[in-house]
This record gives sequence, C-alpha cells and structure tokens, in this order.
Amino acid sequence: MATNGKVTGIIANLVIVEADGPVSQNEICFIRHKGVDLMAEVIKILGNKAYTQVFESTRGLKVGSDAVFMNHMLEVTLGPGILSRNYDGLQNDLDKMKGVFLKRGEYTDPLNPEAEWVFTAIAKQGDKVEAGSWLGEVIEGWMPHKIMVPFKFEGFYTVKSIVKNGTYKTKDVIAVVTDSKGKDFEVTMTQKWPVKVPIRAYKEKPRPFKIMETGVRTMDTLNPLAEGGTGFIPGPFGCGKTVLQHAVSQQAEADMIIVTACGERANEVVEIFTEFPELDDPRTGRKLMERTTIICNTSNMPVAAREASVYTGMTIAEYYRSMGLKVLLLADSTSRWAQALREMSNRMEELPGPDAFPMDLPAIISNFYSRAGFVYLNNGQTGSITFLGTVSPAGGNLKEPVTESTKKAARCFYALNQERADSKRYPAIDPIDSYSKYLEYPEIQEYLKNTIGADWVDNVTLAKDILLRGKEVSEQINILGDDGVPIDYHEKYWKAEVIDFVVLQQDAFDSIDKSTPFERQKFMLEQVLDIYKTDFDFKSFEEVNPFFKSIINTFKQMNYAEFKSEKFNGYLEQIKNKINERKAV
Amino acid sequence: METTAFQKIYTKITQITKATCSLKAEGVGYEEIATVNGRLAQVVKIQGDNVTLQIFSGTEGIPTNAEVVFMGKAPTINVSDELAGRFFNAYGDPIDGGPAVEGKEVEIGGPSVNPVRRKQPSELIPTGIAGIDLNNTLVTGQKIPFFADPDQPFNQVMAMVALRAKADKIILGGMGLSNDDYLFFKNIFENAGALDRIISFINTTENPPVERLLIPDMALTTAEYFAHEKHQKVLVLLTDMTLYADALSIVSNRMDQIPSKDSMPGSLYSDLAKIYEKAVQFPEGGSITIIAVTTLSGGDITHAIPDNTGYITEGQLFLRRDTDIGKVIIDPFRSLSRLKQLVIGKQTREDHPQVMNAAIRLFADAANAKTKLENGFDLNDYDERTLKYAKEYSRELLAIDINVEIDAMLDTGWGLFAKYFNKSEIGIKDALVAKYWPKN
Repeated sequence: MATNGKVTGIIANLVIVEADGPVSQNEICFIRHKGVDLMAEVIKILGNKAYTQVFESTRGLKVGSDAVFMNHMLEVTLGPGILSRNYDGLQNDLDKMKGVFLKRGEYTDPLNPEAEWVFTAIAKQGDKVEAGSWLGEVIEGWMPHKIMVPFKFEGFYTVKSIVKNGTYKTKDVIAVVTDSKGKDFEVTMTQKWPVKVPIRAYKEKPRPFKIMETGVRTMDTLNPLAEGGTGFIPGPFGCGKTVLQHAVSQQAEADMIIVTACGERANEVVEIFTEFPELDDPRTGRKLMERTTIICNTSNMPVAAREASVYTGMTIAEYYRSMGLKVLLLADSTSRWAQALREMSNRMEELPGPDAFPMDLPAIISNFYSRAGFVYLNNGQTGSITFLGTVSPAGGNLKEPVTESTKKAARCFYALNQERADSKRYPAIDPIDSYSKYLEYPEIQEYLKNTIGADWVDNVTLAKDILLRGKEVSEQINILGDDGVPIDYHEKYWKAEVIDFVVLQQDAFDSIDKSTPFERQKFMLEQVLDIYKTDFDFKSFEEVNPFFKSIINTFKQMNYAEFKSEKFNGYLEQIKNKINERKAV
Repeated sequence: METTAFQKIYTKITQITKATCSLKAEGVGYEEIATVNGRLAQVVKIQGDNVTLQIFSGTEGIPTNAEVVFMGKAPTINVSDELAGRFFNAYGDPIDGGPAVEGKEVEIGGPSVNPVRRKQPSELIPTGIAGIDLNNTLVTGQKIPFFADPDQPFNQVMAMVALRAKADKIILGGMGLSNDDYLFFKNIFENAGALDRIISFINTTENPPVERLLIPDMALTTAEYFAHEKHQKVLVLLTDMTLYADALSIVSNRMDQIPSKDSMPGSLYSDLAKIYEKAVQFPEGGSITIIAVTTLSGGDITHAIPDNTGYITEGQLFLRRDTDIGKVIIDPFRSLSRLKQLVIGKQTREDHPQVMNAAIRLFADAANAKTKLENGFDLNDYDERTLKYAKEYSRELLAIDINVEIDAMLDTGWGLFAKYFNKSEIGIKDALVAKYWPKN
C-alpha cells in the first residue's frame, strides 16, 4: 500500500509532510491542493516527517493537505520521440501545455503515445541479453534509435519472443524476455529511469582518447575538448558565455546535442527555439533542431525544478549514449543550479559552507561531471557524452565556491576574460589562464599526431609559449615605453598578436569564419608559426606596428574567405610578398 | 481591506519581531494575506498551527492581543482600464484622492509565461537619445537597467525615455523614491499631457521599506493585464531596484536566514529574475519592456545586487559625466544592449552596425591617446585628430540631451568621420563608404 501523508508545515517551497508509512530519501510525492497535484521530492526525513521540496509555487497551500508518496524517485521517460522536443526541467513537453502562462500542476507526456514507429528487430529469439542490450531499432527523425532492454533489469535474460518488423506505438510490447528463474517480462519501447542515478549499462569507461571538433579555433587548437570529456566556461556577465555555447552547440561534431538552459534568460532560449529550426547542420545538411533536445528551466520557473533540469539532461544523454551515439550536453549555467541547492539548504537550516553554499557542493558537482565520458558498450560499440557547462561567478571573481568546485571536476577550463571582451577580442577565452588537461594525455597526443599531423602537438605548445612571451613583453613595453625596450621586444609582441588576431579571434556572426575545421586550423597555425620563425629587419620600432597590422589585416580577410579558394590563395600570396619585403637577409 | 461577516478573528499573538509576528491559527494558506490591527500582512511560514506573518508596515505598537483576520487569498489588484492615469501605494490603494478602482481582481506575482509561447523580441523602441538608439538600441520585450551612482540624473533620463518611447502604457514602480522624485515624475508626466497612459505604484522613503516588496509585482501584474489581454505595448519603469533588494535582505534577516554575498539573501538571483523575466513579447502582439534603475555604490558592479542583475537583464546602460564636454553621457564602453542585434541594420538603415562600431572604436582610440598624453608621451597627428573627434562625438551623439531620429544620428556619424578621418581609417565596408560618405 502506498504511503500517505498530511502537510504540517510550509516555508516557501519547502513543505513538511507527516507520513503514515515508510518513506525513502528522494522519493517523489504529490501534494493535493484544490484538486491539483503538486509534485515534490523528499530531501530530508526526520522521524515520520518528510521534508519535501515542491517543484511548483506553494501559494495558498494549507496545513492538513493530503500527500501521496509514489514509491519511486524523480524519473524521466525514455523512448523514441525525445529528439527535437522542448522540455521543462521535469521533462514535461512544453509545446503540449495549453495557454500562454504555465499552469501549476500541469504535467504533460514527454513522448507521443499515438506516434507510430517503424520497428526493425536486432535481437532474435534465444539471444542472451542484459540491461541496455539492443533489441531493435526505430528511425527517430534521421537517427537510428535503439530499443533496449530496460536499464532497471538486473542480470541476464533470454529473448523469448520478439515482434515482427512493422509499425508499433511506444507502449506496445515489442519483446518478451525470460530471466534465469524462468519468469517472463514484457518489454515496450519506453522505460523509466531515476535521474539522480547514473545509467551504468556499459562495459568500461576508458580515458578519453579522441578530440571533439567544435570549429572554435581557440578551443580546438589551443585547448581541445575530448570526446567524452568535460569542460567548463566561467566568466563575468557580458563576456560572451552564451554566444560561445551557442556556437559550440551549432558546430560541434556530435550526433545529438542536449541544451540545458538552467536558470537563465528566457529570451535566450527563445533564440534557440526561433533559430535552430531554421539553421542548417553543416554535417548532415538537416536543420539543427533535428539533432537537438532542449531542457529549459528559465530563471523565473520554479527553483527546485532547476536542480532537476541538469539531471534530466544528463539522463537523456546517457540513454542516447547507450545507443552508441556521440552526445554533447551543454548546461547554462551550473551556478544557477548550485544556487538552487543553496536556497534549499538554507531553508532546511543546514550549517552553511563557504558563501552559504551547502558543504557537499564540491561532491555534488564532481559526481555530476563524472557521469559524462566515453564508453564501450556491452556489445562492443562505443558511445560518449561530452559535457560543457558554464559557470557565472559572482562579481566575476573566480575564487568562489562554484568555480573552485567545478575546477576540481572538469578537465578543460575556458576562462573568459573581461579585458578581452572589453577590447572586443572574441571569443574572450583567455589563452594563458585556460587549459585542457587532455593535451597531456599520451593517448590524446597520439591521436592528434595521427589525425592532424606529426608536429601538431609541438606546434600547439610553441604557439602557447609565444602567447605567454607576448604577454610578458607587452608588460615590459607598458612599463618602459615604446623606445625604452629593444626593437626585438616589439617584434615578439606583434608575433604573439598575429596568433591572437588570426587564430584566437573568430567572428561568430560570419558564415565562414564562425566554424573552422581542423584541416584549416592546421594550415592557419602553420602560417602564423612561419611568421614567428622568420627573422625580420626593422630599422626602428615605429616600423614594426604598421607592418604586422597590415599582415594581420590580410590574414583576417583570409579567415573570411572560403578555404583554398582563389581569394584565399590571393591573400596568402599577398602575405608572402609582404614578408619577403621585410625578411632579414 | 474590509472584514466581512463570519470571518474568524484571532487575538492571541505569541511572538513579535521587528517585521513579523506569529500566532496559532488554522486553515491558513501559504502567502495568504491578513490584517493585524488593520495593517496588511502576509503568511511567510506555517508550522503545524503556528503561523508566521510578515507585517509590511512594521510591527511598531502591535500588541499581543491585536486582531488578526485572514483574507483567504494572496495579495491582489483590481485591473481594468480605469487604472490609467492613477497613482497608487504599494497595496494598490489610490493616493491621488480618487476613488478605488473597479475591475477584475487578480493575484499579483502570477505564473510565468511558457517559454515556447514567447515570441522573439523584434520591435525597436526609439528614444531619440543617440547613446541609446545608436549604440544600445532597445527592443520591446527587453529588460535593461541603468547602472548609475546615486548622484546621476537616472530618473530624469528614464522619464525622458518613457515619454518618447511611444508606449501604449507606462507603468511606474517607485521604490524608496524620495518625495521630491515622486513629485518630479508626477509633474513631468502631467506637463507632457501623458497622464492618461501612465499608472504609478509609489513607495516613498516616508513609507516602511518592506512595503516596497509589493511594488514590482503590482506594477507587472498590471502590465500583464494591458499587454496580454489588451495587446498593448507596455513600458514598466522600476526605480530603484537596489532599494528593493535591500528590503529583501531586511526580511530574510528577520527570518533568520543565512546571508550570502554582501549580506544579501541566497535567493537574490531568483527573486530578481522573477521580476525581470516578466518582460516578454506576447504571441498575439502586446509586450512588456522593463527599464529599471540599479544604483551603485561608487560604480562598483561586483556588488551582489548589480552583479546578479547583470546576469539576468539583457544588457545595462551606464551613465557617466564627461568632463570634456561638461555633460552626462551614456558610456559607450560599459553599456550594452544584448538585443540590439535583432533590429539594427534590419529595422534601421543598413550602415547602422558599422557606423556604431567604427564610432566607438575611434572613441576608444581617443581614450588611448588621452592615456598617452597623461603619461607624458608625445601624440602623433592621428592621436590629435581622435581627441578632437571624441569631444565632438561625445557632445553630438553621446550626451543625454540629444533628441533626433536614428537616420540623423547616422548622418552625424558620417559627418564626424569625414571631418576628422580619411576613408581608410574608419574601417567600414567599401560599399557603405561609397554610399554614405558625405559628398562635400
């Protein structure tokens, strides 16, 4: 029998329920208010009192209201039809909701129970299967969507029967499997899974050994993100976090993109809603929306569901990873999630950690990041979740708890720099402070050498050194004045500027410059390094600045031109001529 | 609020703090309003039969046997066309001597708009101020604050923007306004003959600070009525949001909550977002645009209030006094309108984005030249020209007393370019230069 309860206390969205039976931590309960059921999650239990966080406004709720415990945790529904949908943080389909305003207690089906799917069997009668084994597939949009043995099934099963290829609905039974004791279980195309528990239906999770191309040069070239890797972007407001995340979501080399808008501006999500159905995916030629799912809990939506939204996104990512797909999960911003945790911890009167955040914040964050990764599935296929989160540090100060906790968990760090943003050097990723731990992985270095070029890693290291040296001499020049330093200093400074302007800076609004494939990145890096290696002949420091400025200008025109087009080659020729004129003999 | 028959009256208060009181009561709903000896209060905590009320006007003089009556509803406002031209206090009661407003009673602080039902903001709001229209164009459905030090004329600029904005309704939410500023708004709206499209909710410094917490919800619920139901273009002015946030911190302090950065409540971001996110473009026409004021202390934008605001709003407008021209200007470097990309060069002339960028870049060059000068380095001819340009740019385009059409602003820009620079120095696309460079 289900456990029931009665409301005994209300403090904002923390509601205390007195239960008449067993209750478990993180169990979902529904609180009945004026004929509407409000969903809530148990976050603390004290005697027979369950402290629940309600995912809705609690306005008007009264003591004595009835509550029913559901005997399961917060779950998402997994099945064909998730792709291209717009969900809220609890996986309600936003498009199915009626009316302009969100209605409290309105929960909609994330899938379409009436939709028909063309099913093709993969497994056959007598096959030995386990959780996550592929039984068959349907085509979801353009993507083969695997129908799997539910992740909740433990141990091994034998396929007793599987339906013929044909058209079925999500709730239709498509297979019957038998466990070792001879008990039969029916399998449909849908299953449920609790969001806070990682899906572990894979054989092993190796260290990432491939690079995920994003087309953003300052990321790919200097600090690449590994497929199955994790990274985060902290930065003050107005530094281009969102533009950068949108660029990555449009260009990244992934089969599926999940965008979790977590506590951010509604108009930014509207931008995705409006533009993604129009924009072409350069890799498939289809519309971007066809490989995207949006989980959206904007800053004015209930706070508790904000926390749920990142987990909902991750669980859906894990589901698609189990199908052998490359998934990219973006979350903007994880700071808002941490703030939601802080609000609840505060209401429960827990002893606070730094800046009033809960003490276990670092553990929660690293736990979450650890769910990403590259995996070998049980059938030998591979899948991956690459996770990129943004952090909004208070006052732009990176020494705050969320940034520090995330730094411990994520392997790539893309620091957005206010000064770069102010001088319109976009993307404003600081080339000196940022890092990618993956560059140190021998398997990644091996991969880069094999796929891009034998000297690629050395070139990248060299470019980083040049940038660092450029920064050092620029400080010297500022202190001593233009004529207070040797001419050589000016040359060093401008050689670093060439890399900055040509490789690092990129126009996210130009149709060609916005995305650069690795082949082109390699070519351009070699060009700027050639300039670095050339000795020039300058009579005075006043000659240095105009020379490099004109080279940079031509390089920029090159970045705007089609790769290896006539125009592109023409600019290259111009640069060569300019260099030859100035070359030291 | 009148009591009606058969309402239960409680007379036994068990605890009183500076802003709250507690009593034993039954059948009370969360966020329900009540009166305590006639003062308006709201339920902020229920534990068993122990109910905690926040009394908006403070607890001074409240006795333990005060009469407490629960109203069975959250705070409401009556909305109808009769609101136009009226002045109200934080509770929605008239303060202009007029009669109470009849209309549909709606709860304030209602639900959010479903994000998939929103439309992308797309309509330009002309203000005549070049520092805004040219460099930081405003769009309907946008939310944007002025970040200003208390001594700057933000209320004047805001009133000017409001009057020129061609909005169907202007709703003023004044929080902690000085009485002088309240009268300023009243006079300027009256003199402009615009009273019939203005609705004001005013909490002055003479009123208790906690009352302010009601102002934004009152203003925005009213805005939703006109924008959503009447499909009107509504402009909401909120001044000063820093004082609103201060009131939040007072309440959270009284409720024994653990403060986070700068003694602000941990929920500051959500609290502010709930207000600002009411800015919206509705699908059937109608929009709510929010222009707010966040006063800074010594220009510090890392303080929790401006910092959280910056993460929520779609840009910010900075006022600065330019000593070279002796006028207040809209700072082109620190100001930003995130939504301008949606309209500039699309609803305005094609050269708008390039003229805007070139003018600001040259202004930045002038700033560098100035630093050079201050550090005792020699200036070259280009530096000299940028300095002269900067002065004129500041006077002709950045100053807040400008009032011209956008095309005229662009022409002024081209005029300045031609006066001080040659074509290759401004870095604008050749095709546009050929078309717009002044002929003589």
